[in-house]
Amino acid sequence: MPSAPSKIYADDVSLLVVTLDTNPFFWATFPFPFAEFLSQVLAFLNSILLLGQLNQVIVIATGCNSCAYVYDSSSERNHGATTGTMPALYSNLLHNINEFLARDRQLDAIRKPGTVPSSLLSGSLSMALCYIQRAFRLEPMPPQPRILCLQGAADGPEQYVAIMNAIFSAQRSMVPIDSCYIGSNNSAFLQQASYITSGIYYKPPQLDGLYQYLSTVFATDLHSRTFLRLPKSVGVDFRASCFCHKRTIDMGFVCSVCLSIFCEHHDKCSTCGSVFGQAQPDASAANRKRKA
Amino acid sequence: MSSGQVVKRVKYKATVKDPGTPGVLRLTQEKFVFKPNDPTSNNKLDVEFRFIKSHKHTKEGSGKPPWLNLTHAQGSYIFELESFADLHVCRELVGIALSKHVQGEATKVISEEQLSSAEMTLRIKLLQEDSKLQTLHKELVASGKLTESEFWATKKKLLDQDESRKLKQRIGFKNSLIFDTKPMSDGRINQVKFQLTPEIKYQIFALKPAVHQAFLNFVPSKMNEVDFWNKYFKAEYLHSTKNAVAAAAEAAEDEDLAVFLKDDEILEIEARKKVRRVDPTLDMEADQGDDYTHLPDHGIFRDGSKEISEAQNSLYKRTLLQDLNRQGAVVLEGKTLDMEMEHPRTVAEILARRKQKSDEVVGDEERQNRISKMTPIEDLQAQDDHHYAPLCIKDPRDYFDFQQANAVKTLDDSQPGMEQMTCSLGSEEAYGSLMSAISKIQATGLRDPLFSPDVALKVLHGLTKNISSTKYHLGKTSQESVLDILPNTTKEKLLDHWVCSQELLRHFWSSYPVTTQNLVNKTRRLKDSISQIYSKLEEIKVSASSDLRHQVSLVVHPMQQALDAALLHYDADIKKRNARGSKKSNGYV
Repeated sequence: MPSAPSKIYADDVSLLVVTLDTNPFFWATFPFPFAEFLSQVLAFLNSILLLGQLNQVIVIATGCNSCAYVYDSSSERNHGATTGTMPALYSNLLHNINEFLARDRQLDAIRKPGTVPSSLLSGSLSMALCYIQRAFRLEPMPPQPRILCLQGAADGPEQYVAIMNAIFSAQRSMVPIDSCYIGSNNSAFLQQASYITSGIYYKPPQLDGLYQYLSTVFATDLHSRTFLRLPKSVGVDFRASCFCHKRTIDMGFVCSVCLSIFCEHHDKCSTCGSVFGQAQPDASAANRKRKA
Repeated sequence: MSSGQVVKRVKYKATVKDPGTPGVLRLTQEKFVFKPNDPTSNNKLDVEFRFIKSHKHTKEGSGKPPWLNLTHAQGSYIFELESFADLHVCRELVGIALSKHVQGEATKVISEEQLSSAEMTLRIKLLQEDSKLQTLHKELVASGKLTESEFWATKKKLLDQDESRKLKQRIGFKNSLIFDTKPMSDGRINQVKFQLTPEIKYQIFALKPAVHQAFLNFVPSKMNEVDFWNKYFKAEYLHSTKNAVAAAAEAAEDEDLAVFLKDDEILEIEARKKVRRVDPTLDMEADQGDDYTHLPDHGIFRDGSKEISEAQNSLYKRTLLQDLNRQGAVVLEGKTLDMEMEHPRTVAEILARRKQKSDEVVGDEERQNRISKMTPIEDLQAQDDHHYAPLCIKDPRDYFDFQQANAVKTLDDSQPGMEQMTCSLGSEEAYGSLMSAISKIQATGLRDPLFSPDVALKVLHGLTKNISSTKYHLGKTSQESVLDILPNTTKEKLLDHWVCSQELLRHFWSSYPVTTQNLVNKTRRLKDSISQIYSKLEEIKVSASSDLRHQVSLVVHPMQQALDAALLHYDADIKKRNARGSKKSNGYV
């Protein structure tokens, strides 16, 4: 396996993989309209491509039932001329998102009414990493990859393990994960993702100026980041989700063998099968690690 | 010896010059009793071995009578035995009895010291060596903020470290060739004398496994030790006379002697083993062809003589090279045994056991591994480039900077972490609205302009506002530490407080969750001292001169934040526990 640190990247060429939150339930409840959001993002994608002819943009739609590649600037089909009102980039992307949504709707299971399901961030992160790995193998001098998560829906604690795995694999292949979180609170997953992979986490306070945030903060390539003073994240929420109930916890039990996290005492680790001794009142207290 | 009691006729001497009182010495493992033959004599002795410090004895052939000398605190008891054979028997028993007592005492002492004085002296030594630790100790323990054991509980590592430092250097072998134990001849009588000390015996065992083996086989059963060594040195002497023919003749006569005269078989086996351990790609036989030292005129024989003896006699010949190699190997192996080498028999046995163990370790498996490692030819191998991504462990300070804002925030549990958004829409409507939004863009295109100049200005302002803030950058590089700007007294005070607060915080956080009354008390105590330090820091901040106040507060701020977090957590925890406690009591009442 070619390893990232020894990789020689094509100079000044970026491979930007954008994951786009298309969770319909989130957008239906969010005050900022999706149409507005999408048009600002489209403008941003266009400007990335305009920054350098060799720059490459991939867009992955993050639905709540599935994920899909909706745009790849390197494919032939997307190099068409302007079709009437807008460039091929826009029309193709919009068309694909529409198709994706139709497919995603069919997969929709019956859910509890009144709750917003989380988007499948773990899936789109994995797809992004897969694409980047393919790019590593295809070309002798691949463009410098990075991932940008445009996320709105709240974290799904049930995806904790999958997301952490994706984060660590990104860290290992030196792919920074930038995150632009537009939801109402902060996303602990994305904060950790950006912190661990040394990407940027930013939560734009002024959503109608989203394009400007994107172009000033997230459009910068990895090389120029060393010269820029980009916004620092105020704090990272390092709390973990327990493996048993997928709850975000402050304190929990950690398996001494495989480091799985649980919110309550178990006789046996559900991940690695280690049998824990009888919990003494004191011993369980000692075993209880603070994770925050 | 097995009976544990030895009775011998001896003469007891109070001093060396004393002619001696004849009597009977009764030795057991616990004590020895001397009863003079003359019942009126008052030289009766009844001494327990725990009062005896060491024992000495005269050497056989040294010209002195067989004396056994038992040293005690005030002087020594000297017993003259009737023969050296008696002396050996007594000596062995005394040796065992003494070693028993010494060991028993030692273990007793250690178990006692573990609790008190050894630990204590170690602690005192650590404190003396490290003045910073001393001030910290004084600050925390002397003022009652922490108890002695609490303080040292977190310093376990220091204590352990010191323990490992004590490992003393072991004494190795003398580097002199004991093969050269030259016979001493006074020239007058036809007799040769060899020097033989326990040290030399031990060395002989290590150097010559065959002698060692023979000793184990023969000594108690076939001959006694004295005879054994006599035989050995006879063989040695024959070697030293360089008369291979004579040696062969002697060997034919006495089969026991032959053992010493023949080439050491065990050594040979070992040598073969060693050859196998050599890099398998090395062709030893081919190399031997290149080596000319084995040719007659180049070989360095022990005596330098160049005569080539008959093949059968060469069996009894040793070369200096062999001796040198063996000596080198044993010296490198080092002494495997740290004990008084008084009883050749026990030494021999222990040595045999050690050998077995070390031989077992080096097995066939290792050889297999070696071959598989050595045989592949490098050119034909795929490149061995398993690149490992370096472990990406974040700087703890960095980690703290990033999480502490949140840690403080989430400490207060009254603030809900994430309010669940509610969505009243069904999936049909939700998907529908999203798709209609897309078709809206498809129809109308992007807005032009994307957003108003007002918004753009606001965003720009927001993004650039905090850039000039130095919060995260000052004092982080080692070259320009903020501390160096400050006057020395302030700097030292700050550092002291920092160390102190770190220690307190470590104790504070490690006592959570609070489960026992003891911990409740400890946290209360710690909380009080934390708030004391907090106010002291505040004082420093206020007392700093105006131009430095900003810098000082920058340094103090994170310290205060950490203390704040602890205080907040203490309050929240108290509240929580009170609430829980009252709930429970309500439920029960």
